[in-house]
Amino acid sequence: MAIKGLFLFCIPLLGLAIAQPKKKVPVTQTIVYKQGKEVYKKVCLSCHMEDGGGVPRLNPPLINTTYVAGDKKQLISIVLKGMKERVAIDDEYYSNNMASHAYLSDVEIAAVLTYIRNSFGNKASVVSPAEVKQARANK
Amino acid sequence: MFYCSIVLLLWVVFISTYVVFLRLKCSFMYQKLLFIIFFISVSLMGMAQPNAGLTIPKGFTAVKLVEGYGKVRHIAVTPQGGIYVKLNKLYKTKGILYFKENTTTHQYVLTNSFGNYTGTGIYIKDQYLYASSDEEVFRYKLNEQGDVISTEAPEKVVTGLPSKGEHESKSIVLDNSGNLYVNIGAYSNSCQEQDREKGSMGMNPCPVLNEAGGIWKFNASGNNQTQKAGTRYATGLRNVVGLDWNVQTNSLFVMQHGRDQLHDLFPSLYNAKQSAELPSECMYELHNGTNCGWPYIYYDHLVNKKIVAPEYGGDGIKSTTEYQNPAIAFPAHLAPNGLLFYTGNKFPAKYKNGAFIAFHGSWNRAPLPQEGYYVVFVPFVNGKPTGQWEVFANGFAGAIKTPKGAEHRPCGLAQDAMGAIYVTDDSKGAIYKITYTGK
Repeated sequence: MAIKGLFLFCIPLLGLAIAQPKKKVPVTQTIVYKQGKEVYKKVCLSCHMEDGGGVPRLNPPLINTTYVAGDKKQLISIVLKGMKERVAIDDEYYSNNMASHAYLSDVEIAAVLTYIRNSFGNKASVVSPAEVKQARANK
Repeated sequence: MFYCSIVLLLWVVFISTYVVFLRLKCSFMYQKLLFIIFFISVSLMGMAQPNAGLTIPKGFTAVKLVEGYGKVRHIAVTPQGGIYVKLNKLYKTKGILYFKENTTTHQYVLTNSFGNYTGTGIYIKDQYLYASSDEEVFRYKLNEQGDVISTEAPEKVVTGLPSKGEHESKSIVLDNSGNLYVNIGAYSNSCQEQDREKGSMGMNPCPVLNEAGGIWKFNASGNNQTQKAGTRYATGLRNVVGLDWNVQTNSLFVMQHGRDQLHDLFPSLYNAKQSAELPSECMYELHNGTNCGWPYIYYDHLVNKKIVAPEYGGDGIKSTTEYQNPAIAFPAHLAPNGLLFYTGNKFPAKYKNGAFIAFHGSWNRAPLPQEGYYVVFVPFVNGKPTGQWEVFANGFAGAIKTPKGAEHRPCGLAQDAMGAIYVTDDSKGAIYKITYTGK
């Protein structure tokens, strides 16, 4: 019994030992990122464009902006509640309203935000489904 | 052709002499000469683009007059040939620029700039320059040379127009009876309860139409007119940027920007390709009281029907005979930003009284490639479009036809007293002049 217990205890250790020497997988290689890309293509691309560049005067770009690469809470909130305020991004204003996308699941929102935070030249931390769930609960 | 052959010749000289140079290791002087040839050929290559990089019909010539003034929207040319443009982003704190041709160098020079407001509309009528911000319309008296007499003291013709984010630009035009027509675009895509939200249904009746989504008419020489002082001339127009008065029919023609996102909002009724191809961008002839049907319907040029919008119970097929029919319908999402009826005598006869349309270029035609970024010509016979439209000037975008990647995006149109037409670009702030030379 004791030996079996020890054996079971060793399995995760063994796993750790194997995982240890491996380099950290870049975000862009993860399944979450790829899933996020699919959500992006389906939901976001038509306005924010394939390259995340947006449309001058109408739809804001997702490149080099604190709205995307900055505070995660604010970014999650924009996806959940939409955005109707006009704000300047690099001295430019954008007219079209963004609708609420609360109908997407926590997993989908986390994935797509992880995708945009690590695409188009952006490099920012991943967004977890738990963080989206938390934001939903707080509203 | 001439430039191309010179460039080719210089390159041949350059490459062959470079090979010789490498073999013989010639003097420093010779090396210098080689580089001079190299630079001349490179700079000539830049100039070698005929017609400023545009593709236009044989016999026409295009020249880029100026470039680098940012978001140059609409344009008006004085009878004396001076050019006024309205900017959507201030250029060195000014929103209106005035260019005049230098009589010796024939270069167009920025002669004056004024107006501390951004906007789109600009028009000249009866010795006045009219210009709009997103909330107001001003006018400036012109002198005999076409110069604004007092740049700092315009009359405020219209004030307090709604500007609520979407479709905020106010395009303007005047008729020959002292009336000013102003577009007040709908601050909504399709009057959904929640704008642009998937599955959200349309408000019925659409409250936006009370104060927007149409053309309002004002007294062109009035003072401080509020929206209430004007009359709603036509309704059911989502957003109009390009508009012009047709002197042949003595009526107003407008180009509507059709709705977006049929597939995004109603994926069970429209696939992505249908959403890219629908709805049509429509030209309407308007009279007092015309209703073009937004947001309740949209036009489908593939079946030539007015289709009930999905927000109002439509299924993509159900049609109606209510509302104004378009004079002509174009493919979806091309974004018509400029309309001009050609009244000059310098172009070949078929252009007389026909319409030029500047299509700004699409952003929402994915998964299809983006489209537009050109100036179209529509022949008119007896005040009606023949339906046989053609691309008149193309190549503004350059290699990449996307809103952000496009080199230039055609926006405003104007004609001068000599019968030349002008096209503005609100991407790099260029102005093109197109003349007919017959060569």
